[in-house]
Amino acid sequence: MELIAFYIFAAIVTVSALAVVAARNPVHSVLWLILAFFTSAGLLVLIGAEFLAMLLVVVYVGAVAVLFLFVVMMLDVDFVELKQGFLSYLPFGALIGIAFIAEIALAGFARGSGNMAQFDASPGAETNTEAIGQVMYTDYFLLFQLAGLILLVAMIGAIVLTLRHKPGVKRQNIAKQTARRRRDATEAVQVEPGKGL
Amino acid sequence: MDLTINHFLAVSAILFTIGVVGIFVNRKNIIVILMAIELILLSVNINLVAFSVFSGTIAGQIFAMLVLTVAAAEAAVGLAILVVYFRNRGDIAVERVDLMKG
Repeated sequence: MELIAFYIFAAIVTVSALAVVAARNPVHSVLWLILAFFTSAGLLVLIGAEFLAMLLVVVYVGAVAVLFLFVVMMLDVDFVELKQGFLSYLPFGALIGIAFIAEIALAGFARGSGNMAQFDASPGAETNTEAIGQVMYTDYFLLFQLAGLILLVAMIGAIVLTLRHKPGVKRQNIAKQTARRRRDATEAVQVEPGKGL
Repeated sequence: MDLTINHFLAVSAILFTIGVVGIFVNRKNIIVILMAIELILLSVNINLVAFSVFSGTIAGQIFAMLVLTVAAAEAAVGLAILVVYFRNRGDIAVERVDLMKG
């Protein structure tokens, strides 16, 4: 039963990953990418790593993929032109791919199959999330804080990069407004009768 | 036959290879290159979690979480650079990125 589910998920992941790199329209690429992330979350649930699976859905599907979708739709680019040369690059790309997969397979066969069939996603705890929580804030506390720092730097970096100062925009300056006195704004004028100002 | 670690390593290897090939075949489209990098990082995550779960140690899942963090940060900064570049140049063709050439 688990094996059948695994093969279904693996097939969907492979097909959607191929579609990501082969799709003509980048919007379709992003949607295939979402399917790939979602299905690999299913793969992780299959071996009991629920926390990482949910994190994958929240972070990748909820944040990264939506960010991609946003940028793809925001940029007004001629994507047909960008897709040209796909077929001319394909032989070289396929060669690299075959070399990669052959090397990985070679390494796997040389090592011999460890055949680890027993899996335990939550050693020393009731649930997977509990097992992660027990070590994340103790043994790996510095790494956890470092991750937060990385996210902070990335957030500030993205904001600083995309911030744009438009000249000529009128903004409210509260200090200037409250510092304004009557003598700065009004003028007493003696108007002679019969004459305008 | 049971579910073994080899199954997951095979899926991860296939995903990694698709990601690398995707970088090569989409040389002109930097958005798809970024997506291929995300695929590669996803395969790394599957690998880490599979090793963690099948060896009964939790550390791999912590590392997978850190990889996830870096992937999110990388996507945010990369797309921000892309937006700024598009704003300055009007297109994002990778071939014409030669502003730094003297």
